[in-house]
Amino acid sequence: MSIYEQLKQTADKFPDKTAFSDGTDSLSFAELLAASQNVAAAVAVRAKQEPVVVCMDKHPNAVAAYIGVLAAGAIYVPLDRELGQARVAAILGKLAPRLVVADETSAAFIAEMELENPPETLLYSEIPASSYFAPPPELPDNQPAYIMYTSGSTGTPKGVAVSHRALIDYIYSLSEVLGVTEETVFGNQTPLYMDASLKDIYPTIFFGATTYLIPHGLFTTPLRVVEYLNRYSINTIFWVVSALTLVSGFGTLKKLIPESLTTIAFGGEVFPVAQFHLWREALPNARFLNLYGPTEITGVCAWYEVEGEITDGIPIGKPFANTEILLHNGEILVRGPRVALGYWGEPDKTAEVFVQNPNHNLYRDIVYRTGDLARYNENGDLVFVSRADHQIKHLGYRVELGEIEATAGKIEGLASVCCVFDKETGRITMFYAGDIETKELSAALRKLLPRYLQPDRVKKIDEMPKTGIGKIDRVSLLALAKGN
Amino acid sequence: MEKLIEILNNVRDDVDYETCDTLIDDGIYVSFDIISLVAALCEEYDVEIGAEELIPENFNSAKALYEMVQRLIEEQN
Repeated sequence: MSIYEQLKQTADKFPDKTAFSDGTDSLSFAELLAASQNVAAAVAVRAKQEPVVVCMDKHPNAVAAYIGVLAAGAIYVPLDRELGQARVAAILGKLAPRLVVADETSAAFIAEMELENPPETLLYSEIPASSYFAPPPELPDNQPAYIMYTSGSTGTPKGVAVSHRALIDYIYSLSEVLGVTEETVFGNQTPLYMDASLKDIYPTIFFGATTYLIPHGLFTTPLRVVEYLNRYSINTIFWVVSALTLVSGFGTLKKLIPESLTTIAFGGEVFPVAQFHLWREALPNARFLNLYGPTEITGVCAWYEVEGEITDGIPIGKPFANTEILLHNGEILVRGPRVALGYWGEPDKTAEVFVQNPNHNLYRDIVYRTGDLARYNENGDLVFVSRADHQIKHLGYRVELGEIEATAGKIEGLASVCCVFDKETGRITMFYAGDIETKELSAALRKLLPRYLQPDRVKKIDEMPKTGIGKIDRVSLLALAKGN
Repeated sequence: MEKLIEILNNVRDDVDYETCDTLIDDGIYVSFDIISLVAALCEEYDVEIGAEELIPENFNSAKALYEMVQRLIEEQN
């Protein structure tokens, strides 16, 4: 059953129930269905089986736009002003979509860009109510559903294309693990342009649950986050670890307990054990789940439910149903129907990491190479060890240090540049040599990169330290960063 | 105040702290900046900053931050 059909079924069952809300504006399932149909009717006459960008702020209407694009048989590409003009322009330039669905502020934001082939912008507020929408003939389920952009080491973001089959399979197995029912109330933390938001949006539609889209700005004030959770009786969250530690890190849980929470899932980063214990002490009866997986396998592929004492790190556990994890020379390879279709328009990059199963060559059996190194512990659970390359997690987002370096390399006056990441503090330090002041360089970087890709510190040095074979000496740079 | 401005400049150096009074309201400081800032303030002034202090009114401007820190020093010593 298609995602649109799922929504129709849920809207039949729970027409007046709140589907999505940000605390101010809400859409019931019947309203969400009607809004999606309006979008679908408007999109269907302008686009076929092609990418349609949805550039909207985090709001229930954005979800209606995604479903509308899907119902029209097209592929949605979620973007947000939060990513900054340079990045959104880079994606629009590379993807060259014919159509963008936008709210008013985002439409103005796109209009300011100098794009070679500006797309048609369809204003969400001007989409007419359609009295009738007949979905196009259903496409095979390996048709792409969405493209999500992620950091690319060469300086341009990569678009991960994921099929309807993968998305639906993911939502069913994830919902089973989380125990999603119509009683579930999600508190969404992650931005909608990241795959992490799938696990709030789609289980809500499939099971008639409710999702509160927590305003991004609340995450500077941890007590208000907890008040928000309590006000809306939110019982299920799946947040990046940084958001959870923001709350636990200031003693918030000693002042106010998010007492409605029963399921706390987390991922994106390693959870510091001391912070994890603060959460567990505050909510001893809640379920705690570590979820692991990259965008390229549709969200997450392994899970671990914390039971008993945790002393040295929380395992990433075991694969979801219908997924196999292979450890090949210590690297996690993922196999199964949720492996993405590849990087949109980039067959070479796709071929580098979506590869034939190294264990045989009897038939086509594509696995995704995560670049994550892991091992099994004595209980047979997978434990994350490290990355095989320079990819890091910054503020819970996936970051290629190479992308920051390549972007900085475009700035005039820079002779050489290298970024190092201090795991203990979670900070990126950029070292550079060249004829530009630190302040100017930081200002230029802020224009080019979204916040999560910006270095936390920028330091000028006279000369890059080199190793014996002439490569930049990252080890001494890291020591220098730690010394500061 | 000078010391505080230096700390703030270490978090983000592209803000005019003399005039800006919307560090939180305009989303100039994101959650990660707050964590860095609070850690630096606690270390520099030897105070504890609890969750109840993490509200926009205390963090929107250098002046508000300064007043909060002064108050906490008095309360905690």
